[in-house]
Amino acid sequence: MMLDIVLLMVMVIAAVWSVMARSLLKAAIGLAIVSVIITIFMFKFNASLAGVFELSVCTGLITVIFLSTIGLTKPMTHKQILEFSKDRARRYGLLPVLVVLAGSLAIGLLNVPFGFTLVQKASQADVRTVLWNLRHLDLFGQIIILLAGGFGAVILFKEIKEDEW
Amino acid sequence: MSGSELRLFWEFVIFIIMLSVVGFYCILVTRNLIKALIGLEILTKGVTLLFIIVGHSTHQEALAQALVITLIVIEVVVIVVAGGIILSVYRHEESLDARALRKLKG
Repeated sequence: MMLDIVLLMVMVIAAVWSVMARSLLKAAIGLAIVSVIITIFMFKFNASLAGVFELSVCTGLITVIFLSTIGLTKPMTHKQILEFSKDRARRYGLLPVLVVLAGSLAIGLLNVPFGFTLVQKASQADVRTVLWNLRHLDLFGQIIILLAGGFGAVILFKEIKEDEW
Repeated sequence: MSGSELRLFWEFVIFIIMLSVVGFYCILVTRNLIKALIGLEILTKGVTLLFIIVGHSTHQEALAQALVITLIVIEVVVIVVAGGIILSVYRHEESLDARALRKLKG
């Protein structure tokens, strides 16, 4: 239990760091840390298939996409860095305060008697059975979204010839 | 539902709320388009974690996993397409500043 709390704290700190970091590379690494911690929880809560997806796709592929996007853009100039550093304290200084405030508010809500319960309906079904039998429309949706994403990427990354301008 | 399970659920919900605040704040405050995408990604992480903890608390892990897998697929496609759009904007404007988009017409 204590380890869970520590991991969750590290996750929130990594998220705050990735938002506040000056370097976009550090921001992408912070996001990858958040993903890794979520993966640990997935494995802990018997969601190993989702964990494998999270680890390979979110931690791996998405970080690579972010790094490639960052690599294809120019780093900030010295003047921009100075401007950003001055501006950062003003714009992001409130974030840690807000996060702590939101956490305290949520802890305070714990003591309010909502009468909230989660309905437990134990299911022995395997994730593959659920995907094929219960959520088969989701699978079609996923295929369509992947195709749309593929076509979108092809169109967006297509090199434009000089005479087409 | 046992008290310890409900307590575990609420503990996670507290941190999910904090993660959502970080994501929303990032999207609202940042002017860098890549940072905005990172904020969106943090928000999605919060939703993913919520699915997992609700699935565990209600003993519906399989359904939660199916939904998380769908969410991950959507997340990747959104990131790829948004990344492409950001690169197109960068090639056009030579800047990642969201304010540059104000000049767009049509």
